[in-house]
Amino acid sequence: MAAAIYSLYIINKSGGLIFYKDCGTKGRMDTNDSLRVASLWHSMHAISQQLSPVNGCSGIELLEADTFDLHCFQSLPGTKFFVVCEPGTPHMESLLRYIYELYTDYVLKNPFYEIEMPIRCELFDINLTQAVQSDRVALLGR
Amino acid sequence: MIGVGKMKQYSNVLDKPLSKGKQEVSLTAFAFLFSELVQYNQTQVDNIAELERRLEDAGYAVGARVLELLCNREKGNRRETRLLGILSFVHSTVWKVLFGKVADSLEKGTEHEDEYMISEKELLVNRFISIPKDMGTFNCGAFVAGIVKGVLDNAGFPAVVTAHFVPIEGQQRPRTTILIKFADEVLKREARLSQ
Repeated sequence: MAAAIYSLYIINKSGGLIFYKDCGTKGRMDTNDSLRVASLWHSMHAISQQLSPVNGCSGIELLEADTFDLHCFQSLPGTKFFVVCEPGTPHMESLLRYIYELYTDYVLKNPFYEIEMPIRCELFDINLTQAVQSDRVALLGR
Repeated sequence: MIGVGKMKQYSNVLDKPLSKGKQEVSLTAFAFLFSELVQYNQTQVDNIAELERRLEDAGYAVGARVLELLCNREKGNRRETRLLGILSFVHSTVWKVLFGKVADSLEKGTEHEDEYMISEKELLVNRFISIPKDMGTFNCGAFVAGIVKGVLDNAGFPAVVTAHFVPIEGQQRPRTTILIKFADEVLKREARLSQ
C-alpha cells in the first residue's frame, strides 16, 4: 500500500496562501486553519534561514514529525510549495518539482491569472489531481 | 523542389540559397507572448465581446499574411478558388504551418448550408489557458478564428468566423470549434461554378 499524501499548499512571496488542496481523509483543515499553517510555515522557514549555522542556508526542506512529514520546495522567485504526507512517503521531492512545473505551465502562462493572487485555474487543478494519485507519484521516482 | 536530393557545392557563400531552417518555435515563448497579447488587450476593453473582437483583429492580420506566404511557398503562386479547396487548404496547409499538425476535423454544418466547422480537441493557443468562470463562454480561440477569417477574406471568400467551446461526452475538457459562416455571394458563386 502506497503511503498517502494529506494536503498540498502553495504560498506566495509574502506568506499568503494562494493554493490549498486536500488529498485524503486524514488531516483535513478548514480555511482558517490552512491559512494559519501557511503563514506559520512561511515565518518558520524564514527564521530557519537566519538561525542556521550553515552559510547560505535555503530554509527547511523536510520536517519530520511522529504523525506526518512536511516536504517543502522553494522556487527562485520565493514561491513555496509544500506537501504534508504520511511519514516516510517516497518521491516527494520529485512530486514538488513536478507541481512547480505544472504551476509554471498552467498558472503562469494563463493570461487570466494575476501573479501572487489565489490560484483558480481549471487546467492546473485537473493536472494536479492526476499528479497526486499514488500510482503517478511512484512514476516520478524513476 | 529544385535541387532536392543532391547537395550542390557553392564556391561563394552568397550564392548558397537560404535554408528553410528550423520550422518550429518554442511553445513556451509563444505561450508567454500570446498571454501578454490577451492581457494587454484586456486592459484596453471594458467588455468581453470587445476583447473577442480585438483578438480576432490580431489574428486577421496573421491570416492575411499567411495566405500570401503559403500561396507563394506551397502552391506555386496559385490560390484556391473553390469552396472545398480553400477549406481544405485552411484545414491542412495553414494548420500544419501554424500548429504543426492538421486540424482534427472539418465538417459541414448540419442545420445550415453555409456553415462549416473546424474542430480541434486541444487548440494550441488554449493549451495553458483556463477561462475564469465569470467570463462565460469567452474563448481565446477567437485569435485563431481571426486567422481563418483573414485567410478566407483575402482569398475572396468573405465569412463570419467564431470560436466556441463544445463539450465532449466523457471528457473533462471541451473541444474548440471554429465556426465558419460564408457570405451569400460565396455560395451563389460556388453554385454557378459547379454547374
